Amino acid sequence: MNNGVVIVSHVKEIGEGVDRLIKEVAKDVPITVAAGLDQGEVGTSFEKIMDAFEKNPAPTLFAFYDLGSAKMNLEMAIDMTEKEVLLFDTALVESAYTAAALLQVNTPIEAIKEQLAPLKIK
Amino acid sequence: MFTVDNSKKALQLFKEKIDQNKDYLSELDTPIGDGDHGNNMARGMEAVSESLQNKETASVQDVFKLTAMALISKVGGASGPLYGTAMMEMTKAAATTSDVLPILEAGLAGIEKRGNSQPGEKTMLDEWAPALAAIKENKLTEATLESAVEATKDIVATKGRASYVGERSIGHIDPGAMSSMYFFQSLMEAGVIDE
Repeated sequence: MNNGVVIVSHVKEIGEGVDRLIKEVAKDVPITVAAGLDQGEVGTSFEKIMDAFEKNPAPTLFAFYDLGSAKMNLEMAIDMTEKEVLLFDTALVESAYTAAALLQVNTPIEAIKEQLAPLKIK
Repeated sequence: MFTVDNSKKALQLFKEKIDQNKDYLSELDTPIGDGDHGNNMARGMEAVSESLQNKETASVQDVFKLTAMALISKVGGASGPLYGTAMMEMTKAAATTSDVLPILEAGLAGIEKRGNSQPGEKTMLDEWAPALAAIKENKLTEATLESAVEATKDIVATKGRASYVGERSIGHIDPGAMSSMYFFQSLMEAGVIDE
């Protein structure tokens, strides 16, 4: 698949939970997660996000996050990576689920963006 | 001006101040944030200190860059990307100058860009902007730094985690402004900025 999903959360279990949920509707979409810090603490890590970008086999990534500082780390990682990353200021669970379901059935990127627009909350 | 020696000394002093005031910073962060500013910064500055001790630093740029990378990878909270971006922009500026003002101005612009923020929103910028204004006029003092931090009490937070509590953020000092005060104090004590 050319398009993948990256989930960024402050909490390891939130990341894993969203991953589990969206796999229900998107079994072929590559999904990678950067959630929590190394010792399980709450926070987001630039390195983990870079890793989630690199490990995801898709060249274009849809990135979703939970709270403010996750976005800052995401933006730094986007500055550094060679991949095309689309960053969404949308409700994490709902928008990751919507995007993954649409990617599973090969919906064009522009149409996905349109569907995500009303979920913008940040 | 910045030299390899005084910038390393300043960062070591900054680390010590963060360590000494770790609990206080987290306490400031508790009513209006998530209570982790002290621990996050301490973890980040520990990594900075280790990196500066173990790696080659031939230029001021090297010092700033190692600092940026350590903060970006180790802090965890919003202060990681904010301080990290500041140091990264300072690294770029230090390619063409060693003067304090343009380097710190680049740092401030980096914080504004990363945080999508301006002074007056109860953030670390409310320490950086007055400090830089004073440096510009060659009159930065301990008192300037302290009154700027104190003034963040009266601001309603509109950016960052504190904005969730809105009006209730009034009366509380911004923890990022406080840790930034330690940063500028460290620059003064290390002789980077002359009082």
